[in-house]
Amino acid sequence: MAEPMKIRTTLKGDSADVRVLMVHPMETGLRKDASGGIVPIHFIQEVTVKVNGKLLIEGQISQAVSRNPVFSFRLKGVKAGDKLEIAWLDSKGERSQIETVIA
Amino acid sequence: MTVQAVAALAAGLLLPLRALAAWNKEAFQAKTAADALKNLGIASSAESKDVLIEAPQIAENGAVVPIEITSNVPNTKSIAIVIEKNPFPLAAKFDFSEGAAPYVKVNVKLGESSLVRVLAEAGGKFYSASKEIKVTIGGCGG
Repeated sequence: MAEPMKIRTTLKGDSADVRVLMVHPMETGLRKDASGGIVPIHFIQEVTVKVNGKLLIEGQISQAVSRNPVFSFRLKGVKAGDKLEIAWLDSKGERSQIETVIA
Repeated sequence: MTVQAVAALAAGLLLPLRALAAWNKEAFQAKTAADALKNLGIASSAESKDVLIEAPQIAENGAVVPIEITSNVPNTKSIAIVIEKNPFPLAAKFDFSEGAAPYVKVNVKLGESSLVRVLAEAGGKFYSASKEIKVTIGGCGG
């Protein structure tokens, strides 16, 4: 199972900065391990951000995103207590999601 | 309830999930920036000062290059990041709905020094900005 994401939200007036860390190897399929074998490709492909169940941001990403991806997003028209859900889906079909409240 | 009715109901419940756009395999597997743009449906774009890229000019470590993008083009609905010299140039594409600012910060890998192009979509048109980033140690192989 994927390690949980870490989210930090900073509310300023009615907009919120969201910073999320995802624990993932983001293997490009080009890297070699210590014994010289290719490390198989394995990376997050889709990232979604929802507020109160409404999809606000949908990201499609490639293996060019760095290992343990960190994203910052900016949400508008939000208030303390709004429900924030972030999820990812990777190239092996593994998923992770986390729910928090904006504060 | 019949088996068919249950199946139909289940399919209905699953629909919202499928409404998400699928990962654009053709665009992400394109080996040139031109092919990636073609597969994203971007035929032409206009340079715009309203698309801002904040990134280092020189990145010591190509494995972690922070890129911060803001589009001040009104009604921006998506932002794509293309790293021209990477083996697969399209790095990411973000779609924004009302309630999300057309802004993203993400760390990316650069295999070598490269021009990074950002394309923002608004009102069916594409607005671009680009920035050359020099890399001392590449971030793709190892």
